Amino acid sequence: MAKIIDDETMENVCILAKLSLTEDEKEKAKEDMQKMLDYVDKLDELDTSSVEPMSHIFEDENVFREDIVTNGDNHEAMLANAPKQKENQYQVPKTIG
Amino acid sequence: MKQYETVIGLEVHVELATKTKIFCGCSTEFGGAPNTHTCPVCTGMPGSLPVLNKKVVEFAIKAGLAANCHIHQYCKFDRKNYFYPDNPQNYQISQLYLPICYDGAVEIETSAGKKTVRIHEMHMEEDAGKLIHDEWEDCSLVDYNRSGVPLIEIVSEPDMRSSEEVIAYLEKLRCTMQYLGVSDCKLQEGSMRADVNLSVREVGSETFGTRTEMKNLNSFKAIARAIEGERERQIELLEEGRSVVQETRRWDDNKESSHAMRSKEDAKDYRYFPDPDLPPIHISDAWIEELRTSIPELREAKMERYQKEYELPAYDAGILTESRHLAGLFEETAVLLGNPKKVANWFMVEVLRLTKDKGLDPEKVNFTPKHLADLLSMVEKKEVSAQNAKKVFEKVFDEDIDPVVYIEENGLKIVEDTGLLTETVKKIVDANPGPLAELLGGKDKVMGFFVGQLMRELKGKANPDSVRKALAEEIERRR
Amino acid sequence: MDLGKLTALQLAEKIKQHQISVLDGVKYVFDQIEAKEDKVHAYLDTYKKEAYARAKKVQKGIEDGTYTGPLAGVPVAIKDNICIKGKTTTCASKILENFVPQYNAEVIDRLEQAGLVIIGKTNMDEFAMGSTTETSAYGVTRNPWDLEHVPGGSSGGSCAAVAAGETYLALGSDTGGSIRQPSSYCGVTGIKPTYGTVSRYGLVAYASSLDQIGPVGKDVADCAALLEIIAGHDAKDSTSMKREDLDFSASMTDKIVGMKFGVPKEYLSEGLNPEVKEAFMNTLKSLTEMGAVVEFFSMKTTEYMIPAYYIIASAEASSNLERFDGVKYGFRAKEYEGLHDMYKKTRTEGFGEEVKRRIMLGSFVLSSGYYDAYYLKALRTKALIKKEFDQAFSKYDVLLAPASPFTAPKLGESLKDPLAMYLGDIYTVAVNLCGLPGITVPCGKDAAGLPIGIQMIGDCFKENNLFRAAHAYEKKRGDFGTAMEGGEKA
Repeated sequence: MAKIIDDETMENVCILAKLSLTEDEKEKAKEDMQKMLDYVDKLDELDTSSVEPMSHIFEDENVFREDIVTNGDNHEAMLANAPKQKENQYQVPKTIG
Repeated sequence: MKQYETVIGLEVHVELATKTKIFCGCSTEFGGAPNTHTCPVCTGMPGSLPVLNKKVVEFAIKAGLAANCHIHQYCKFDRKNYFYPDNPQNYQISQLYLPICYDGAVEIETSAGKKTVRIHEMHMEEDAGKLIHDEWEDCSLVDYNRSGVPLIEIVSEPDMRSSEEVIAYLEKLRCTMQYLGVSDCKLQEGSMRADVNLSVREVGSETFGTRTEMKNLNSFKAIARAIEGERERQIELLEEGRSVVQETRRWDDNKESSHAMRSKEDAKDYRYFPDPDLPPIHISDAWIEELRTSIPELREAKMERYQKEYELPAYDAGILTESRHLAGLFEETAVLLGNPKKVANWFMVEVLRLTKDKGLDPEKVNFTPKHLADLLSMVEKKEVSAQNAKKVFEKVFDEDIDPVVYIEENGLKIVEDTGLLTETVKKIVDANPGPLAELLGGKDKVMGFFVGQLMRELKGKANPDSVRKALAEEIERRR
Repeated sequence: MDLGKLTALQLAEKIKQHQISVLDGVKYVFDQIEAKEDKVHAYLDTYKKEAYARAKKVQKGIEDGTYTGPLAGVPVAIKDNICIKGKTTTCASKILENFVPQYNAEVIDRLEQAGLVIIGKTNMDEFAMGSTTETSAYGVTRNPWDLEHVPGGSSGGSCAAVAAGETYLALGSDTGGSIRQPSSYCGVTGIKPTYGTVSRYGLVAYASSLDQIGPVGKDVADCAALLEIIAGHDAKDSTSMKREDLDFSASMTDKIVGMKFGVPKEYLSEGLNPEVKEAFMNTLKSLTEMGAVVEFFSMKTTEYMIPAYYIIASAEASSNLERFDGVKYGFRAKEYEGLHDMYKKTRTEGFGEEVKRRIMLGSFVLSSGYYDAYYLKALRTKALIKKEFDQAFSKYDVLLAPASPFTAPKLGESLKDPLAMYLGDIYTVAVNLCGLPGITVPCGKDAAGLPIGIQMIGDCFKENNLFRAAHAYEKKRGDFGTAMEGGEKA
């Protein structure tokens, strides 16, 4: 049985995803998600109790870099796209402690 | 009033002393103008990808082994998702499900004796950028120079019961990390940071109380004050019949109080999942053994050896091993001179005095052990006076000069030429008829005056015993 | 000479033989763009001036021996989720409307080293999320075979541009079929390589464990040649593989006698359009006639592929797209009160509906209390699917499947019912879940004249089998024809 997506769940999802929806959008989103979750519930038919979750397809080799400085001062390029900047820093609304 | 016990667990973040960041080739150097140590990876540019710095894994394993941890030989990175401007991807690459080190323990010592603090885990993760609050424009500014600097987070079990234990535990971690060379652990630069999880319970109770997490603690003193403050706050709540809320609190050391960091936008649901950009790490037995053998003698072992091998008192052994760097200088000098006790004394007095007077970081003390050994050898052979040796050592300490050359060039070598000595004695006695008369009249104290005059004239080059002897002979002649 | 009839390799060969210049090829492409772009809208941005200048430089490079590769001088279009230094890279999203990367994707460096000429950026579904290119924030792309129909997606712009002759080659990206499905709809050839074969550095991530960049071209040989250029280990991508078997062109023979093909029975069940099924069965017949062995077998995990895929892809997407927050680059909402409001307004205004839908689904399946039931369950299912493919590849060299259950839908039909749209990905998503390579080759047309493609799926690192089979089949099939020949269908 699928999880019932209620308003509170949608509210929480919006906080996590940093999205704000109008009431209508929220209703539609709720409906879409409910439909999707009902559908993916199909997976419950599968007995996966003895199967390890597979996060990576290829994982035999270690992949490392050596501890060598390769980058110089790139601040102009890095800040080139900042919507707002000040004194070579990214400017954002005040964050509170 | 009921008796309460404080239960404390720590989450300690230690910045690793690698040259580059954990996932990119940017420098980790501290200081530096804003955003000058950044690249697409550590500023979360679209399409950029992380590549793991091998040194970070090695440092983490070493730290884990030194704290008697087990190693997850198959470990992964997970993404911790939360929005904050200091976190450029809005997820932090960390480890939740398979942290690299787990189930360890360290021994601490307080006035109450020895005690074991268990380590729950140590995991690797990336540091966040720095947020500065701009007072003029009512906004905040982000600098990503620290973003991606490698950290290990050391999570203890709730095994500590007082701020004294907490400080001892932190000192222990700091010293171990410094000995391993994996971190310099400077609280003021933020390369060591502690979050304190604290709860109180009635003495005798078996269950834990509700805990809070205290952040923003940047000195041992602040940590001690925060612990006392939070303990009192929680007890007060309980005494008033209210309950402690599980929350994160920010300590304000100026106000000596804390406030809850609460926001309805803080969902506190990090949605950890394995980072698909980073394949799992395989750590072989051989690699672990290689790292184990590279671990230097740690402080406890060194202290014990100093007491046994060098016959130093426990106190001295403790002081000498506080910094692995100073201990190294000490040992090298001791080996060269073949007289550890003498070298130890010199370190305990002169080296530490100069370090303190000059406000120097012990790690920055830098002189050639052979120079000190040569100097002490000259003192032993009475070729230089103890007083001059101290002056010469300051030069060694400051400029690492060769003391043998310096003593020679500055004419500080003790003169065994009795000709010069007798001549000088005659000269001084002739030049001071008044004091001579007093002396001959039975005022023995005036002897000291003549010795002083002579030593000044000879600029310390003479052995005081010889001076006294020559002077006594001259006086006898004058009677 | 009708430059439109040439493949990329033929064009490059004629350039080498001094029969035409690099500039001729580039000019031809821009003529096509000028003539057709109003109708097709395959591109989000074109670089005419730079391409002309580059053409001259490449011409020189070919003459002085700097560029000796088989595709030197050939125009190529780039999907707009691949970063080019100094060029706006939008992912067809408003949130990146003004984002200009200061770095090249690895594939761009490789194309430049091989002497190709970049023509422009192609349209796509926003952040590659969609199957029709209709979720683009910058307007739809139309199918060159019938402008009332979608080109497929998400690499719809790349496939439509090749189909319309508006480029010779294109790069797409494939997370769940985004190269193979639009290739099928547009009657072109496209390959999704084995995971890790092409560097993802500079590809704006949708689902990192599934994304691969791949070539789109007029035929199999062009795709093989382009893949040879972009494939190879890249130290900047930790998931990049060190492969040595990257000589794909050499594997293309006409002979597939004795090759073993497997067809999952479940792929032919209800939902498969009869015309597509007919074209597919005819292709099987052709292969048999060529001496290959074609067998049906059961793939029991078939019905679990889409659920597992959408959970995993959405989960990763929700995290990958967190960085679009109005702080470092891209769009920031004009008015907001405080930090979190800035985040929310920026993202709400900046992302389209489909992207938001997947971000929300992904956030949910990773959230506390649901992680095990949804996300871990999907990863376990993925392991089972992988196991079934491994078993299949112990018996067969190549698996065969349609690229899509139907031909290109009409514009405006698909987004009404997202779930129905997702179900159309049934034949393509497992390839990404398991890291497999897959190629789509045109194999027929429906009654309305819309192309149908067959998908060949190989075991990991066995692209050679795909190129061999696809090339041989293509030869047997003969000329497929081109879209918009003598004016488009209205």
